[in-house]
Amino acid sequence: MAILEFLRGAVRQVFTGGKGYKAWVAVLLAMIGIGLFGYSRQWQEGLIATSMRDQVTWAFYIGNFTFLVGVAAAAVLLVVPAYVYHWKPIKEVVVLGELLAISALIMCMMFILVDMGRPDRLTHIMPGPGSPNWPSSMLSWDALVLNLYLILNLTVVSHILYRAYRGKDYVKWFVVPLVLFSIPAAVGIHTVTAFLYTGMAARPFWNAGILAPKFIASAFSSGPAVMIILFQILRKTTAIEIKDEAIWKVAELMAYAMFFNLFLLGAEIFKEYYSRTEHLVFTQYLWEGIGEYRALVPYAWLSLTASVTAFLIFLVPKTRTNWVTLNIGAVLIFVGVYIEKGMGLVIPGMTPDTLGEIYEYRPSATEWMVAVGVFGLGALVFTTLVNVAVPIMMGTLRAKGAPVVIQGAEAGH
Amino acid sequence: MTCPRWRALLPLALAALLAAPLAATAKSPPPPPPAPVAAPAAAVDSPPSPNLIRAEPPPFTEGIFPCSQCHDKAGDATPRQLAFHDEIQAEFHHGPPTRFCLDCHDNGKRDFVHLIGGALIPFTESYKLCGQCHGDKLRDWRVGVHGKRTGMWNGQKTYYLCVNCHNPHNPRFKALKPEPPPIRPQEQGR
Amino acid sequence: MSQPNRLPVLQDESATGDAGASPSRRDFLRTAAAGAVIAAVSACNPDAVVEELERRHLTELSKEKLQAMLGKLEKKWSAQFGKNVTVSATGPMPGVNFGYGLDLSRCVGCRRCVHACVKENNQSRRNPQIQWIRVLQMAKEHGVALAHANPYYDPEKVPEPGHFYMPVQCQQCRHPPCTKVCPVKATWKDPDGIVVIDYDWCIGCRCCTAACPYGARKFNWAEPNLPSAEMNPVTHYLGNRPRPMGVVEKCTFCIQRTRNGRYPACVEICPVGARKFGNLLDPESEIRQVMDRKRVFIFKEELATEPQFYYFFGT
Repeated sequence: MAILEFLRGAVRQVFTGGKGYKAWVAVLLAMIGIGLFGYSRQWQEGLIATSMRDQVTWAFYIGNFTFLVGVAAAAVLLVVPAYVYHWKPIKEVVVLGELLAISALIMCMMFILVDMGRPDRLTHIMPGPGSPNWPSSMLSWDALVLNLYLILNLTVVSHILYRAYRGKDYVKWFVVPLVLFSIPAAVGIHTVTAFLYTGMAARPFWNAGILAPKFIASAFSSGPAVMIILFQILRKTTAIEIKDEAIWKVAELMAYAMFFNLFLLGAEIFKEYYSRTEHLVFTQYLWEGIGEYRALVPYAWLSLTASVTAFLIFLVPKTRTNWVTLNIGAVLIFVGVYIEKGMGLVIPGMTPDTLGEIYEYRPSATEWMVAVGVFGLGALVFTTLVNVAVPIMMGTLRAKGAPVVIQGAEAGH
Repeated sequence: MTCPRWRALLPLALAALLAAPLAATAKSPPPPPPAPVAAPAAAVDSPPSPNLIRAEPPPFTEGIFPCSQCHDKAGDATPRQLAFHDEIQAEFHHGPPTRFCLDCHDNGKRDFVHLIGGALIPFTESYKLCGQCHGDKLRDWRVGVHGKRTGMWNGQKTYYLCVNCHNPHNPRFKALKPEPPPIRPQEQGR
Repeated sequence: MSQPNRLPVLQDESATGDAGASPSRRDFLRTAAAGAVIAAVSACNPDAVVEELERRHLTELSKEKLQAMLGKLEKKWSAQFGKNVTVSATGPMPGVNFGYGLDLSRCVGCRRCVHACVKENNQSRRNPQIQWIRVLQMAKEHGVALAHANPYYDPEKVPEPGHFYMPVQCQQCRHPPCTKVCPVKATWKDPDGIVVIDYDWCIGCRCCTAACPYGARKFNWAEPNLPSAEMNPVTHYLGNRPRPMGVVEKCTFCIQRTRNGRYPACVEICPVGARKFGNLLDPESEIRQVMDRKRVFIFKEELATEPQFYYFFGT
């Protein structure tokens, strides 16, 4: 069957690559190995192998999950101008954005899986064998929308690539509505994840309306930063052609998102410090420390400095179009938002805990190992998918007898 | 001339007249003797509810109770330091310095305590005495708000007398050693 | 149209050596994958795996299936702990809604309740140490202020001058945030007011632990350590039965006692009579008397959880 042939061709392509590719894959496999080792310890001992306790019951794993949902949602940033404004240069790279979203979603689900006390009971969350808590549980909603978004992206990407593999154009009436739907879907996944936190009255740091808009803003600030760097790597290592304007346009849109993110942060800070209620204690723990408890303070200020610097770099056209400063900015905003979503959101939300106790959490060795493994897995998924997608898009990977037609770009490029 | 007939009836009439009130009184039943005065059904003085079993007897000192073994008649009622019951006097702290044993213990019948009016109370109902001064505690204790109850929340409960928890001669609870604190989160685990 | 920086066009059957995995590499990978699956399956107990996959939510189980399940558990734990373990699933009594009262003017912080609860409810003793009740020491000058609360006080004698003590446990809220957020309906509120957990359905996501404003929910971070000699063999399936690793647990108002008419263990052990328990629907109950005679207040009342746990000052 044609599909089987496509899959076989794709799998074969996964094992194709030069020295650099093989070395990179070896590194990722090593990371996955570390992750498996860490997780085996956690599987045997229980989650006591982490540093999480009743006082700080969500930490590194959930922080990474939250950040990666943002990355997955940010793929949409590339869809919006491409399909809404029919801007040519971006169309050819949308597929790569969706592949990043798929990889990020797989990492999200892996982080949830390793955080669960009973992953063997995963079926309990599914309708049928399980009993999902509709409509009140935000985690039930999150499970649904994340899977839906994953299926959506997989469908669009595999359709485009399969059609291209067979030398045909994608079916517009099938793809375009799905892609247009993925815009609100992306906003949806990150909003539902934000609502997971917002809905908890027990955690005043999270129980704020500003959380959902802030999540969207920080997602759109940081997710595309990954794309910017990846596109530059792909331009050098593969035959893919991505116009400079495409990258600069992405950077410009990110600048607006960064401004919004910083504005929302400012609004939060004002509310806490001006009204000075008991709830100030969480914000204080993050930015000033409380008494001897100051573990997060350097990270909070590092994150802010990185985010502000990146914003300025991306705002000013001169620095935005300079590759050196642009890349520095991309790394800075990635670091800034990564810290903000993990240490700047999850930990202060739980410190002090609901009975006023401060437990200073630091990830344990097991958590580091497992996280390394999950990132390795995500990177491996992305690498292999890109390694298949790019030749297809370039026309170098085709079914037998299929015409060499390059999807999206002019022929003879 | 003969006596008129009505003159013969006069003494009869007179007697009837005199007898009338007597007859009247003889006819109405005598007022019933006054019924014995029942104890007023005031909430304060009624015993605890029927679903309650007393947990323990009053804490009688071994070899001392019944007090009437030694005290068979009333003694000197002057407030003073006694030559006996040293342990109790040493620990005594209940109320103002003017408090004396016979404020609570009855002089004539040492196996009882007495209320202010003189009514005798057995030790098993000593809460009535405590309630004289500590009325709010007594009211709370009767419905289980003060003090302790064990057993069945919807059935038979075991209750404790005031003196089962509070030493009547030194009622304030002493500080006690606490059980160990919980393990801190960083100390949990391998 | 081929350009130097382009990859060669690939067909189905690869002619060149480095285009795709050679047959031997392919076979090796296939065998390795199969081996991994077999290893994973054989590592778990197949019976337990099948049992887990067949299980449905507690409310969907037929009476026979429930009885069979309880019977299996009784057998298992009797063998494990060397005692005659009973597991009941007594339902709520009609016309009963439990209420709890805690007298803050009486509590002296002795923690007898904490340890009586641990013994009665078969909590893990260490690694992890799980205690459903947490006693907070607070300073009188600050009142009920969590910023100044200390659960780790360890003086020679309690109460310490200038301090008062506030035990906290599950408040059995009428609008529980925990049941709202649970993704699998492993926890719910029964009609008699008790918020229960099915430990064999919980997936251990700890959403409820994050959502509880009272820190009432505790997680089994490791396999619980329950010494056989100290195990309480009279258990309720939703209460004090031994819990597995990786699930959440909390105070259940001693469901195994209260649904049989007995007081919770903490109420009975308190040496100063600070704890009151009863049926809120019975005007003669101790808790209703407390509400009538004293002024009760709700912990974190602004969160509108409407607990069935009331604090008051008896004097």
